[in-house]
Amino acid sequence: MASTTTTADVAPPGAHGADDNYLTHEKGIASWLLTLDHKRIGIMYFCCVISAFALGGFFALMIRTELWAPGRTIVDADTYNQLFTLHGAVMVFLVIVPGIPAALGNFVLPLHLGAKDVAFPKLNLMSWYMWITGALFLISSLIVSAADTGWTFYTPYSTTTPTAVIPALAGVFVLGFSSIFTGLNFIVTIHKMRAPGLTWFRLPLFVWGLYSTAIMQVLATPVLGITLLMLIVERAFGIGIFDPALGGDPVLFQHFFWFYSHPAVYIMVVPAFGVISEIIPVFSRKRLFGYSFIALSSVAIAILSFLVWGHHMFVSGQSVLAGSIFSAITFLIAIPTAIKVLNWISTMYKGSIHLDTPMLYALMFLWVFTIGGLTGLFLSTMSTDVHLHDTYFVVAHFHYVMMGGAITAFFGGLHYWWPKMWGRMYNETTGRWGALAVFIGLNLTFFPQFIMGSRGMPRRYYNYIPEFQPFHQASTIGAFILGMGFLVTTVSLIRSLLKKPDAPQNPWGANTLEWTIPSPPAYYNFDKIPHVVEGPYEYADWEYDDKIGGYVRKGHQEAT
Amino acid sequence: MTNLATILLFADEPSNTPTLGDSPFFWLPRAGSTTVQHVDPLFNYLMWTSAISLVLLMALMGFFVAKYRAKSRHEKPQGSTDHHTGLELIWSIVPLPVMLAMFAWGFQGFVALRTTPKDAYEIHVTGQKWKWLFDYPNGYTDDVLHVPVGQKVRVIMTSVDVVHSFGLPGFRTKEDVVPGRYTELWFEPTVAGEFPVFCDQYCGTGHSAMITKAIAHSQADFDKWLVDAGNKMDSMPPEQLGEKMYNQQGCAACHSLDGTPKTGPSWKGLFDKMETMSDGTVVKADENYIKQSMMEPQSQIVKGFPPAMPTFKGKLSDKKIAGIIAFIKAQK
Repeated sequence: MASTTTTADVAPPGAHGADDNYLTHEKGIASWLLTLDHKRIGIMYFCCVISAFALGGFFALMIRTELWAPGRTIVDADTYNQLFTLHGAVMVFLVIVPGIPAALGNFVLPLHLGAKDVAFPKLNLMSWYMWITGALFLISSLIVSAADTGWTFYTPYSTTTPTAVIPALAGVFVLGFSSIFTGLNFIVTIHKMRAPGLTWFRLPLFVWGLYSTAIMQVLATPVLGITLLMLIVERAFGIGIFDPALGGDPVLFQHFFWFYSHPAVYIMVVPAFGVISEIIPVFSRKRLFGYSFIALSSVAIAILSFLVWGHHMFVSGQSVLAGSIFSAITFLIAIPTAIKVLNWISTMYKGSIHLDTPMLYALMFLWVFTIGGLTGLFLSTMSTDVHLHDTYFVVAHFHYVMMGGAITAFFGGLHYWWPKMWGRMYNETTGRWGALAVFIGLNLTFFPQFIMGSRGMPRRYYNYIPEFQPFHQASTIGAFILGMGFLVTTVSLIRSLLKKPDAPQNPWGANTLEWTIPSPPAYYNFDKIPHVVEGPYEYADWEYDDKIGGYVRKGHQEAT
Repeated sequence: MTNLATILLFADEPSNTPTLGDSPFFWLPRAGSTTVQHVDPLFNYLMWTSAISLVLLMALMGFFVAKYRAKSRHEKPQGSTDHHTGLELIWSIVPLPVMLAMFAWGFQGFVALRTTPKDAYEIHVTGQKWKWLFDYPNGYTDDVLHVPVGQKVRVIMTSVDVVHSFGLPGFRTKEDVVPGRYTELWFEPTVAGEFPVFCDQYCGTGHSAMITKAIAHSQADFDKWLVDAGNKMDSMPPEQLGEKMYNQQGCAACHSLDGTPKTGPSWKGLFDKMETMSDGTVVKADENYIKQSMMEPQSQIVKGFPPAMPTFKGKLSDKKIAGIIAFIKAQK
């Protein structure tokens, strides 16, 4: 993805001072809150998402503490039900869905494309404010009387419980718009704002991931919006849609809900595929294995993801024929996903592998995502799903995929782009210790849940029969190790902002366009529009320079 | 009959829920029905396929990391392979039959789990917050599931309030229990013994207390139990029958006997008391008031309580209603 020598590799013109970058270009709180700069919006998203992650993590630790022993440990049953509802809603709608696309994607996408900004900068800012509004609604329900429906809002429970369901639904409704705006923006940006020479098959795979995600966001989220609106109407005005007492059909809600929420699973994990596809080749110093397969399979997954929602409903009373079609299409998705894992592993073959923190997260991703993917087979197989449905097996499976897949990729990407975001290197030692704690914590928390689940432990249980206690205790200990890992990582990252060293322009020797400009980037990103002449994973020309601690292109002396 | 819901939810005492126990296979609990054969062998196949795939993939990853780890930043990669058509074809094609087998086997098992044999013994199940009720063909109702060994049992289920899910881990079967429609499942117990029954679909405060047990008897024991249980119920004094209904019908989840207000008013000292309704009227809690509260609960809501009570219209015989009234009278 290198550019021709006449364009981006020239030194910045004298108009820019050495210290002029997007962080210092304007000062004051208003220059952030009213910014149209995709990089600043990305940073604001990042701060919000991390705060929400801390909140959701706090709820998770409360849940795990309560489950240390059967019966009451620290909270009563109603509070427990509110805690897992908030944990799920916050983590899904405030953290994982916007996490990679809105925080990392906003920062990286225009840089990947050689563009000045996204196509609609004001819409981009609007989507951030939508996120804030949605988050406020969701958290306001916490103050009134937090919803206790589970993040799935199944009817008729959600239309009859006395807790504040409407603010929570309104919050998710608004967050949906935030997601749609981001998706729309990205689709147009990717279509219209690629630098000259940056053809579709020279795009970094992160862009392909964001593109597939954006399609799903734009097509699926409106269904969620309408469904939640119908739920609000039913609750507020007693118009029967889903509640059988009013003549409605509760299973209809499940169909509508999963019509969004299954694609949403891919909204959460496809951008993670993109991040991993960036990290592995860079730290193996080798072109990605099977580029076009990974690129196109993301799009294929995006389309197929609309046709599998019924696999959440094998025991809902859905017909056997419908169930079998959903099961078959689900297996169809499993194959390209499995092949991606093989592609990533093959990329490392005969590479020159560097185990920096981003790569550690990528290897961790391969481990947890493979377990998450394989256990998905148990759930897409209809007869075994009957036994495993609504048990801890499902909980473990989606935490391996969501927490293990999406969140580890998010943290990997965060370390990878951290030097570009802030112009500072994070501390490699604390970064690695954090990653190790996350890896141990994650497996200790969620692996015992597979065993509990296949032995029958139902999900969303406040109390449990004593046989499960050892597994629950292992899981609780794991959760605290996991929390500690994230704490170490966050502290390590924040500390890096306060001290040296400054990051070089290209610490990893990557060949995507963001690494051809200074760290942090200038307000306008590129001094001249780059002209792209090769693919994104060509590393042969980048040589490590010990003096600056980063890579420079052969034959060029670059100032950092 | 002990009310499990009350014990688990409000007292944190050890329950008399039977253990799940162990099966020959570490991952699955003790088995007790013919339906197990549609799940366990396939689960085993999936587990081995997954374990082998995981080990192979991770060994390969670990091997590459160890072998190709760079000694310095200046080191160049040894190869530049970025595709290999043969290899890619192999790993695209090999998973196909493996997954097709999973799908087909799972489909076959699912059809078997969902196709109830014709000559099955029928038991009706009602799910309500947070209680299971089982109606037997002779009109007897219990809050524990009794089933005969060696007999195919068809369970026809509905819910009076929200969606529940009737889960029998020992029998490897489960189905949602949906208000406003009937769903069903079947099984054939193979050994006498007790198995836990869980609610698997989240249903609120007492979700994790919505546990009961399935007791598998020999056919002779089952027949005797059913006749005895029916007779015992018929000859019970009203107050004792009322107490039984109090526990069995789920009254205990919301109405205490010690004066503590829960979701509904306590029954202690309730009879003949003057109660203020949510619309301000004052009503005497006599026989008619109590009967109306059971039949049309939303018509009179005591001030300060949510309109949460389900109707019992058509669900209780006159004798049982009289029994409940007698039991309330006795709570002085």
